[in-house]
Amino acid sequence: MATVDIDLPHVKDDDSHHHGPAKGLGRWLYTTNHKDIGSMYLIFSLCMFMIGGMMALVIRAELFQPGLQLVEPGFFNQMTTMHGLIMVFGAVMPAFVGLANWMVPLQIGAPDMALPRMNNWSFWILPFAFLILLSSLFMPGGGPNFGWTFYAPLSTTYAPDSVTFFIFGVHIMGASSIMGAINIIATILNMRAPGMTMMKLPLFVWTWLITAFLLIAVMPVLAGVVTMMLMDIHFGTSFFNAAGGGDPVLFQHIFWFFGHPEVYIMILPAFGIISEIIPTFARKRLFGYSSMVYAVASIALLSFVVWAHHMFTVGMPLVGEVFFMFATMLIAVPTGVKVFNWIATMFRGSMTFETPMLFALAFVVLFTLGGFSGLMLAIAPADFQYHDTYFVVAHFHYVLVPGAIFSIMAAAYYWLPKWTGHVLNETMGKTHFWLSFVGVNLTFFPMHFVGLAGMPRRIPDYALQFADFNSMASVGAFIFGFSQLVFIYNVVQNVRAGQKATDRVWEGAHGLEWTVPSPAPYHTFSTPPKID
Amino acid sequence: MSNSTYYVPEQSKWPILASIALGLMAYGAAMTFNAMTADRESTGPFVLGGGFLILFYVIFGWFGQQIEEEAQGLHNAQLDGSYRQGMLWFIFSEVMFFAAFFGALFYVRVLSVPWIGGEGAKGVTNMLWDGFEATWPLLVTPDMKQFPGAKGVIDPWHLPLLNTALLITSSVTVTFAHHALKDNKRKALEFWMALTIILAAVFLYFQATEYHEAYAELGLTLESGIYGATFFMLTGFHGFHVLLGTVMLFTMLIRCFDGHFTPGNHFAFEAVCWYWHFVDVVWVGLFLFVYIL
Repeated sequence: MATVDIDLPHVKDDDSHHHGPAKGLGRWLYTTNHKDIGSMYLIFSLCMFMIGGMMALVIRAELFQPGLQLVEPGFFNQMTTMHGLIMVFGAVMPAFVGLANWMVPLQIGAPDMALPRMNNWSFWILPFAFLILLSSLFMPGGGPNFGWTFYAPLSTTYAPDSVTFFIFGVHIMGASSIMGAINIIATILNMRAPGMTMMKLPLFVWTWLITAFLLIAVMPVLAGVVTMMLMDIHFGTSFFNAAGGGDPVLFQHIFWFFGHPEVYIMILPAFGIISEIIPTFARKRLFGYSSMVYAVASIALLSFVVWAHHMFTVGMPLVGEVFFMFATMLIAVPTGVKVFNWIATMFRGSMTFETPMLFALAFVVLFTLGGFSGLMLAIAPADFQYHDTYFVVAHFHYVLVPGAIFSIMAAAYYWLPKWTGHVLNETMGKTHFWLSFVGVNLTFFPMHFVGLAGMPRRIPDYALQFADFNSMASVGAFIFGFSQLVFIYNVVQNVRAGQKATDRVWEGAHGLEWTVPSPAPYHTFSTPPKID
Repeated sequence: MSNSTYYVPEQSKWPILASIALGLMAYGAAMTFNAMTADRESTGPFVLGGGFLILFYVIFGWFGQQIEEEAQGLHNAQLDGSYRQGMLWFIFSEVMFFAAFFGALFYVRVLSVPWIGGEGAKGVTNMLWDGFEATWPLLVTPDMKQFPGAKGVIDPWHLPLLNTALLITSSVTVTFAHHALKDNKRKALEFWMALTIILAAVFLYFQATEYHEAYAELGLTLESGIYGATFFMLTGFHGFHVLLGTVMLFTMLIRCFDGHFTPGNHFAFEAVCWYWHFVDVVWVGLFLFVYIL
């Protein structure tokens, strides 16, 4: 069963013992409402996306031409580091958690998240964590400058003092992620409306269930590795120092044991979103629902045994190189199943191309491109050429920007009418899409070429022959960056006013969230809906 | 699945206060550690302490409110299910935290220390420290000036063996307490709980004795190389969890004295039991891989 068809009368907000939101700032500080918390996550994520984006533009401005012109190399390093950290932990992850907060209860027919007070705690830790992280930029010695992967000994022996603030910032944002994930799992396993069996769950819910499992499994490992750094820096241990019998490579192993599942944490919910949107605009049921579920589960399990493909050049025994190469390639199989199913869903569908569908289609094409360059990188002997070049940068930006970010944009365009009760301006939406699409490809496609030709990543200067492609990439980055203002303007206009949305919003949409009024009332499903 | 109505709590001040507390603790701890390493004065301890104070206030307030709500009968079977899920996954996250440190231990023992000693696929690393020999426990480090090694390690068959017996016994006694609670035998419940706490306290005392012996007599310290690092981080985090678990058990005992819990409804008690068994299982892993092997 791919979608749940419901012919319910609209569930009205008629519970007399519940009341609407509280007034003023207190509503947001003390809230236990999943919709309020979802909105806060999404707004927070958008702010971080803008801050991280500005850092990306500093990087691209410096790389517009060869030579050092705008910023000091030390500051450039801080920008690459903070850009990565903020985009991963501040923009993409909170955006998905925000979407889960809004949509999981609505999609499974639950009145709220399972643990509403802890939900609020998970969110409010984040602003403090990122305040700490951002404040480190203004400390003596500068902010973290060792790359978002913070390899030891760069991040231990040779790190600026602010690394300690970074470590504790990571600790508390990890606590936030773990609590958020526990809440989502408890909600999905324990709060489904009667009749909503596991294999009737919308795919967004399924992907989040698996993502939450990954988060609980690997965020503690991240906490462990930063704790080892803290001990090495301040208490004289030698985890990452061979002079005491430790090993800097140990850092990379532990980091990537967290890091590889982490990249799937940033893409599995995207798979869920795309699996919701494509059937709506193809006006067909999702092709191969159960194979989609099993594919996501296989990808998640495989993500635990592929971590060292990030470290092919570090000096591993041959058996390790071979094992991690083949294990990595295996992931292409379930991923291929997913891409096949999306295309098969569209096959002979009655397609229309509203903004969410445009972003979803771009996702399928460009994410697949990013997946292919990932396959190239998975080939251990070839990776010796690609490692630490712009080819890697091109690869992971293709899966994260037109992958994760486009899916978040698609989700926003798809569900915003349900949240605000207003239809978004379609012309502005399409303008935003096409500017973003052109900008993203102009930015990241040339990086494949300069990377294959040997341009190293994380360096503020480069050889002359890379100049043309780099200036193209910089122009693309500014187009992409500024086109987000169209999106923000569109959303602000939409929240303030706009054409009234119907309850179903999209004529092909199926699922419980479309049975409640638009905008969704403050409390929904206080009495569980019946699902056949 | 679902009941017909569900308890969604009112607005709450605890989460935001808890977030402020964590923010202050993180910032204060970073200030304190940086000042400590640079050997200068700092206001960090006050920021850290302030965070702790707020956190304690939150812990008492939040749990207090929770207990109050339960006493008023606001909780139902479904909420109980959510709490069970929450505790279960929290313990799983703790397991993964320990897994990181166990992973580090296995990696250095099986792979990287032999490599520095010249064995195995990456044995060429031995060129860095010519003449270094791989042994475990690693008493002689590659660079004895920076990491002075240790004279010896803790004998597993004295205090650690005793501690193993204590902790396993405590896992049994806490189960007796749980059964007494289910049979509504309150005196037996209080007796077994008190006994569990005594066993836990003796464990902690022995652990402290062992640390003192390691530092004072064996020269086994955090700075003594990778053996000391893994030894103290694994046993230290475990000891810290035992301490937390003991505080939790003690809280449960006080609640038992106050007449809380019924044979059918005592999830807080059960959650503490789960946690205690988890701490016990981690110890068995430690005893095997850190002390014996």
